[in-house]
Amino acid sequence: MSIEIQQINKRFGDFVAVDNVSLSIEDGQLTALLGPSGSGKTSLLRIIAGLEAADSGRILLHGEDSTDRHVSERGVGFVFQHYALFRHMTVFDNVAYGLTVKPRAVRPDKATIRKKVMSLLELVQLDWTAARYPSQLSGGQRQRIALARALAVEPKVLLLDEPFGALDAKVRAELRRWLRRLHDEIYVTSVFVTHDQEEAMEVSDRVVVMNRGRVEQDGSPEQVYDHPANPFVYQFLGSVNRFPARIHQGVAEVAGMVLPLAQPGDHSEQGQLYVRPHELDLFAEATPNSLRAQLELVTVVGPTVRLELRQQGSDEVIHAELPKYRFRELGLVQGEQAWLRPHGARVFSEQLG
Amino acid sequence: MPDWLQLMIDSFPSLLYAGLVFTIPLTLLSFVLGLSLGFVTALTRLYAPLPLVALARFYVWLFRGTPLLVQLFLIFYGLPKVGIVFDPFPAALIGFTLNVGAYSSEIVRAVIESVSRGQWEAAYSIGMSWSQAMRRIILPQATRIAVPPLSNTFIALVKDTSLAAVLTVPELFQAAQRIASTTYEPLVMYTEAALLYLLFSTVLSWGQTRLEQHYGRHATHLGGQS
Repeated sequence: MSIEIQQINKRFGDFVAVDNVSLSIEDGQLTALLGPSGSGKTSLLRIIAGLEAADSGRILLHGEDSTDRHVSERGVGFVFQHYALFRHMTVFDNVAYGLTVKPRAVRPDKATIRKKVMSLLELVQLDWTAARYPSQLSGGQRQRIALARALAVEPKVLLLDEPFGALDAKVRAELRRWLRRLHDEIYVTSVFVTHDQEEAMEVSDRVVVMNRGRVEQDGSPEQVYDHPANPFVYQFLGSVNRFPARIHQGVAEVAGMVLPLAQPGDHSEQGQLYVRPHELDLFAEATPNSLRAQLELVTVVGPTVRLELRQQGSDEVIHAELPKYRFRELGLVQGEQAWLRPHGARVFSEQLG
Repeated sequence: MPDWLQLMIDSFPSLLYAGLVFTIPLTLLSFVLGLSLGFVTALTRLYAPLPLVALARFYVWLFRGTPLLVQLFLIFYGLPKVGIVFDPFPAALIGFTLNVGAYSSEIVRAVIESVSRGQWEAAYSIGMSWSQAMRRIILPQATRIAVPPLSNTFIALVKDTSLAAVLTVPELFQAAQRIASTTYEPLVMYTEAALLYLLFSTVLSWGQTRLEQHYGRHATHLGGQS
């Protein structure tokens, strides 16, 4: 295990930032801490780094208890949301600094440092910026330099705090693909914090969903998305429709529509049916065992069509999503009636929802 | 040539001598010593245990809250009453140093605090100790911000050294006074002294611009994130 987080607690005044969290992170894994703001993900990351002290609990890095160690002695690389490059130094010096301040006994000689810095700059594809100052670079470039700087000291673990949070959407998407490829190349155990579920899904091997200081779910991106452990995770990972349902004898009943339930358990009488927008089948004509709704709004977003529907007498908007060609085939018309039926869903009993 | 110009030319060597031998050394010495004292005071206020912080605050409060002239009189004329006697030049030097120390400590404290916490954290995260981070990351950035306000203190000090005349230090202003009292030409002599102070502070302002350029060479714009 590379990182062992044992029963970490952290409060800021009355606010509980991290509530008894324990996690193990394996060697070479790229893990995302995903959650809304205030969920404790950044606090947890800063506690792993030693930038923040936990009220209780222990942090083990490579089996070594690092709880009481200063940041500078933990051997962690940290990438900050706002880069925090040393603005009075050139790009080269920024990356080289971690090496030049090492104690004389373990400090590489000048030529070795130079070689190492240049190869790191090549790794982040910015070797041509060596002589520049951070203020002469774009946000995306600065963040790649920050990453090179963090890697220069050969950290045992790499921690990234919303590394792409300050960048615009296009650069962000580019950089996260790049980070994924980079990680596959250098294979350093990494943890990164994000509030963007798409980013977490795309980049990481493992997603830890956090909420109110606790871990809600922990698993591969697919597991977490396809099998959310609870309503919070369901709602946080993409949009979702909720239908009140009556559950009995292995079926869920929603306004006359009967759906077989795949999952066992949840035997309460009342529950909520969670359905993602793309899990709704739509029909333009009356179809047995379906819900009737009015198609109120059609929005075309590139190759996808997003629909807003409403059941008669209900305030809840139902969101559906389907490919454009499918929408055309169906012949649905805005303002007319449509029929819908979920082909995938999960039921959570009322107490949980 | 008019008489007044002749007098200015004749007295120029004495004034320049007084300036170069007393005014400028007194300024430079008390600035260097005062800035060092200000630096220690600032670090004390930022990082030392509480009793020392209180002591530093008391010092700053005392020396910013009382007139410089009164401080100089106390050191030179007052302290001998309790057996502490200084020559004029050391007395002036002590007075100016303590005064500059009090004012500059506030500047140093502010500029150190103005460097964002992220810079400390970034320095620590690549393995720097506190003193390495302070020396190599924080101070170089703080220095750039400190140059204009410290230059203010410095230029004020150039002019304040004229107060040393009352401690019988034969500096520029005292030299002008002496010649004015024998020639009965106060208008000419004090104008000449004023021009020399103007010359000194102009040269020093030019030095400030150079320093700012030196420390600001990495900044193509102010503010923003790096």
